[in-house]
Amino acid sequence: MATVLELDGVSKAFGAVTVADGQTWRLKQGEALGVLGPNGAGKTSMFNLVTGTLAADAGVIRFGGHDITKWSAARRCRAGIARSFQVPQPFGHMTVYENTLVAATQGAGLSGHAAQSLCLDVLAQTGLLSRANARAGGLTLLNRKRLELARAMCAKPKLLLLDEIAGGLTDNECHALIETIQAIRKTGVSIVWIEHVVHALLAVVDRLIVIDFGKLIAAGEPHKIMNSPEVREIYLGMDADV
Amino acid sequence: MSDMTKHAALRPMRPAGLSVSRASRASTITMVLCVVIVLGLVAAPWWAGRADLRLMGEMFLYLSLAVLWNLLAGYAGLVSVGQQAFVGFGGYMLFALTMLWGVPPLAAIALSGVIGAVVAMPVAALIFRLRGAYFAIGTWVVAEVFRLVAAQIGALGGGSGTSLSPQIVKALADGRAAREALTFWLALTLAVGVIAAVFWLLRSRHGLALTAIRDNELASKSLGIDIWRTKFLTYVVVGGLTTLTGSLIFLQKIRISPEAAFSANDWTAFVIFIVVIGGIGTLEGPILGTLIFFALRETLADLGTIYLIILGVLAIAIMVRAPRGLWGLVSEKTGVDLFPLSRRVRGLDR
Repeated sequence: MATVLELDGVSKAFGAVTVADGQTWRLKQGEALGVLGPNGAGKTSMFNLVTGTLAADAGVIRFGGHDITKWSAARRCRAGIARSFQVPQPFGHMTVYENTLVAATQGAGLSGHAAQSLCLDVLAQTGLLSRANARAGGLTLLNRKRLELARAMCAKPKLLLLDEIAGGLTDNECHALIETIQAIRKTGVSIVWIEHVVHALLAVVDRLIVIDFGKLIAAGEPHKIMNSPEVREIYLGMDADV
Repeated sequence: MSDMTKHAALRPMRPAGLSVSRASRASTITMVLCVVIVLGLVAAPWWAGRADLRLMGEMFLYLSLAVLWNLLAGYAGLVSVGQQAFVGFGGYMLFALTMLWGVPPLAAIALSGVIGAVVAMPVAALIFRLRGAYFAIGTWVVAEVFRLVAAQIGALGGGSGTSLSPQIVKALADGRAAREALTFWLALTLAVGVIAAVFWLLRSRHGLALTAIRDNELASKSLGIDIWRTKFLTYVVVGGLTTLTGSLIFLQKIRISPEAAFSANDWTAFVIFIVVIGGIGTLEGPILGTLIFFALRETLADLGTIYLIILGVLAIAIMVRAPRGLWGLVSEKTGVDLFPLSRRVRGLDR
């Protein structure tokens, strides 16, 4: 399988705080990768570096074979990288439908009927169709999270970055979300998913990476990673000596 | 959890019979009314007196400035207090093209719009480096630079200005009545054209991008919107059309001087007043604001300085009590949307 995303020694620091420390890893075409790490480990920063809302201090990011390190966020989206935000970022004064239409017309470059069809399909798929005419700023948290996913999907991504999209959902809602994401995967979209709800993550991903202090500290098959002592110590805070 | 969610992943296709539209009954009535009003106005040279014709012409020019400033500040978030740079530039281009290079007046007006857009490009590249209040001050500085440059042009009277030569004025049309009708029609065409262009622009994907940027820049750029380019394009279009308006303003005035051409009071302060009291960020706002501004001016202008104080107090009162302007109040109370920009999905209830 071809490599869709490749990070090669990517670093970023804000003064003394390092949010990415020489990260090197790859994502294969169609793969679903889970990202674990404690709060403040640099997971969201890694997404910001990949999507271009944060510029890397060093290293190279490649997407679909292109060096995208210097590309603007907008260009990366149009090339096929879409994300959801951990803290939802709706266009508050626009309707839910118009929110998705922005992604379809700008990110996916569609127009007219094609854009409209995509948006309505994705809204149906994410359970937001009944709220299509509602102002996005007035949505509940759950619906805002759905809108994050819907909007990212309407950009027709090749690579979808999901940032803690399952947090705060009930079991049933979480189950529905897992099914939606599995359905997205089946269409061939590669996924990187940051999630603290580990059981949701394990239901979808092929591989896990663990980040702490901006560093990649482990990578591999999900169950192996979950059981490795250094990951349990750092991620779950279980210090064997105490 | 709703049933909808439960089945969402299993039933990805949407129900049949959905459509998206923007028209409403109010908007259809608006369009019909607009056509009737415009037709009535086209005939104005036959039913209105000279003074009224002149006043309406001036209103259309202010309306066009207000609609353009509203697009810039209310939609693109570019709060410029230096649009007098383009108004004055338009006036000076008209005078220079006709008097120095012998271009016919109507061609000079059209040409000035194009040149204005071209000039707006390097100006944008320069001032887009500034943000917020610094941007606003930057636009004012640019306007002052334009004014100082205009005052250096000896061939156009330098600091004291000049008048459009009688041959050029006479070349416009035969006789004073015909000339006055022509300048009126030009102003009307400009105002209708500017409103139509801005309406069309806001309904296009460019307008959708502008509205998105206004709501959330982070989400906008992450969804593929080139923010700089979108704002740049808006600034250039507004710059060109403001220049065009400026050339028409000084065709009507026939006399130009750096002070009058680049007046921050006349071409920016009053325009901001119109947009703020009417309702910033709406298409209806500048139209309502222009009507109110001219109603106040015609009834209170004899009061001199007190008139300006009243305008200021009114603007402050509206900013405090109704930040979305008078149109904001109207649409809040009635839910009416005369120029619908929002898209609605129809057929959801079936």
